[in-house]
Amino acid sequence: MTVTTPTPTPATEVPSSNGARLVDRVFKMRELAILVVFLAMIAITQAGNSEFLSEQGIKDLLLNATILVLVATGQALVVITRNVDLSVGSTLGISAFAAGTYLQGGGSSVVAVLLAVALGIGCGLLNGALVSLGQVPALVVTLGTLYIIRGVDSIWVGSRQITAADLPGGFVDFGSGGVFAVPYLALIALAVLVATAFCLKHLGGGRELYALGSNPEAARLAGIPLRRRILTAYTVCGALTGLAGALYLARFGNVDSATGNGYELTVVSAVVVGGVVFTGGSGSVYGAALGALLLTSINSVLPALGVSSVWVMAINGFLLVLAIAVDRVVALRVARALRKRAVSSSNGRSGRRA
Amino acid sequence: MTHATDSGPTPVLALDGVSKSFGAVRALRGVSLELLPGEVHALAGENGAGKSTLIKILAGVHRPDAGRVLLDGAAAAFHGPADARDAGIAVIYQEPTLFPDLSIAENIFMGRQPRRALGLLDHRAMLTATAALMARLGVALDPERPARGLSIADQQIVEIAKALSFDARVLIMDEPTAALTGSEVARLFAVVRTLREQGAAVLFISHRLEEIFAIAQRVTTLRDGAWIASEPVDGMTEDDLVRRMVGRDLDELYPKQDVVPGEVALSVRRLTREGVFTDVSFEVRRGEIVGLAGLVGAGRTEVARAVFGVDRWDGGEVDLDGRRLVNGAPSVAMAAGLALVPEDRRAQGLVMGMSIERNIALTGLRTTVRAGLMDRAAERRRSVDWAVRLRVKHARIADAVSTLSGGNQQKVVLAKWLATGPKVLIVDEPTRGIDVGTKAEVHRLLGELAADGVAIVMISSDLPEILGMADRVLVMHEGRIAAEIPRAEATEEAVMAAATGRAA
Repeated sequence: MTVTTPTPTPATEVPSSNGARLVDRVFKMRELAILVVFLAMIAITQAGNSEFLSEQGIKDLLLNATILVLVATGQALVVITRNVDLSVGSTLGISAFAAGTYLQGGGSSVVAVLLAVALGIGCGLLNGALVSLGQVPALVVTLGTLYIIRGVDSIWVGSRQITAADLPGGFVDFGSGGVFAVPYLALIALAVLVATAFCLKHLGGGRELYALGSNPEAARLAGIPLRRRILTAYTVCGALTGLAGALYLARFGNVDSATGNGYELTVVSAVVVGGVVFTGGSGSVYGAALGALLLTSINSVLPALGVSSVWVMAINGFLLVLAIAVDRVVALRVARALRKRAVSSSNGRSGRRA
Repeated sequence: MTHATDSGPTPVLALDGVSKSFGAVRALRGVSLELLPGEVHALAGENGAGKSTLIKILAGVHRPDAGRVLLDGAAAAFHGPADARDAGIAVIYQEPTLFPDLSIAENIFMGRQPRRALGLLDHRAMLTATAALMARLGVALDPERPARGLSIADQQIVEIAKALSFDARVLIMDEPTAALTGSEVARLFAVVRTLREQGAAVLFISHRLEEIFAIAQRVTTLRDGAWIASEPVDGMTEDDLVRRMVGRDLDELYPKQDVVPGEVALSVRRLTREGVFTDVSFEVRRGEIVGLAGLVGAGRTEVARAVFGVDRWDGGEVDLDGRRLVNGAPSVAMAAGLALVPEDRRAQGLVMGMSIERNIALTGLRTTVRAGLMDRAAERRRSVDWAVRLRVKHARIADAVSTLSGGNQQKVVLAKWLATGPKVLIVDEPTRGIDVGTKAEVHRLLGELAADGVAIVMISSDLPEILGMADRVLVMHEGRIAAEIPRAEATEEAVMAAATGRAA
């Protein structure tokens, strides 16, 4: 079926909607904006305290961000599908403890990491199955699994505690080691981040996550397997959270039944500050990772400037509200711009007709 | 295949004795239908006749309880929309189903994007193919533009491009013209005719009978889920078709009553909203029905929203019964006696999960209060009263409005606003997607209200409706009032000329 042009092609091209370019640019700028804020903050801190960007300083900055970047990457996938995973803190805690227990018994580091990832996948599958099959709001379901997983963790762990002394030296060294100022852990997180971003952009399944977050009904009609995609998003989120649990163990060497408590809120903040829209369909994992880097850096910046760390929470909250406010204002501006373009382009169209 | 004639070509797609029930509701009962290549086949029937269910079976969304779906004469089983699509069936739904956050190109190819090695997406091929499709359709839409903010007409073009992109042999269009007017319908029909000439089978659904006669060769009528007739359009009259659809002769469709207009009730002067509409002035008198015509996107709905106070205006003024209305304050407009029946009843007019009773009561929350508490009995009396007056067909007044048909939902929206006793009533596309029977009832109601001295502004893309009901027609073109045409001089040509910007 080849269709010859049924209506005459307009002689003059309608100014090929600059609106699109504008929208595009705004979203690229969104990530750029966080980067600029981050760099400005680092520059100011360095100016106030020249010790800040020492080799150790950079290393700490990256190490602190690593765990959050990993979990935020996973969370971004889930949020893009118009869902959320509140159980990541519990999952992180239980997988870190599982890896630690295994290593205490003298196991190999690689198996320990795999074990943590497997446990994370299990939690992700549970969440994904409940959300996709139960058709219950993810916020409620994962609030439930948050408590379930934390409860199981508490029963299992009890008052036990894993300390660095219980772990093989190689594992702990890996957690603090690195190439010059770049820790191994940060390299792992970066590799995972780049791989995830690549899959999101270049695999059909990745684009389908955006599609079903943007309009679930249209996604169903386009023949996208909604349940399988949502399950996948949660599973990957669980896997990355499990991996983050293992890295947490390597970095801090200290895990108990409270590990990861309340972490989910930090993760969701990072994702939203990073420009992943909470109602799904738009945003990127790079944005989420930048959001994570920005939020964790504040923890290092304040002490370096001699400000009490009691300010951290308030500032994080402020950033979150600011991010949402900026998004809203930008969205309104863009809508207005598109509207004006539409009017002027339709003027152009009628000009031809007349 | 019992219905296939010996001489005719094999239908590309056919239904043979298909039935489908949802719980106790029998949506389809033994319906047969044959779609031939190179033919536009219309599907007619009132709301609730089973048209949507039939489409969803053809689209692979629902599976029939009994009967067969035949593809090229052989039984086919669709397990989902993807199966139907792979069989070359494209469905364009009434409300286009696009992904607002994704580009036009991604919208067209979602679920079956061109791939490179290793299953990676070929973004460049996708953009090139989209640009080629847009050129074939003769429209200038940027493939990289996000779908958010596209007009309904452009969204439909994207849907048609989607159908073209996988060489659809069967194109099913569910009320594609409901939100279009004039040149957009013409553009759509031109595309449909081209597809037909190239051998596609088209199933076309519309509530506008004249469109069925303009585009289709055969028409199948459904009533209450049952097949009534399949016959050539040639030699049929609109009355014949209506009789098949409703099973009886219909009262007059436009029961316009002659009313001598009273004093000015609504006065809009130099109203402007930057980038949306400019310098809009008009007056509406008591007992008068003023039609507001124009293409979709001309700013009609936007003017109504601004007058009512949902959107702010940047300049100008609005008086209702001599009282100045406040910019951006719907509660002031309501108190002054203005009511707005919005364009999209599901999203703007109703709380779908709430009962009929509560929906009607929503506008009277302040009046049915006793000692600071809701007076439930008064609320119920008021709702029942209006539901009866508007002849809302419902099982119980406590049922959710989502259980009603489109026409009855629209009556609930009307009831909700009429219960406020408005002096000025603005109705935006009051009969869009409503069956002919209910349409006549809505028109009768508007006529009676006008006779009672209510000033009515009727926004409509349905030209016969405008011409049949309005005392005066205001035509908007690109945000301005392009013409004011008295009833005696209002013809389709005059209105369309003004709406498309050709000097009248």
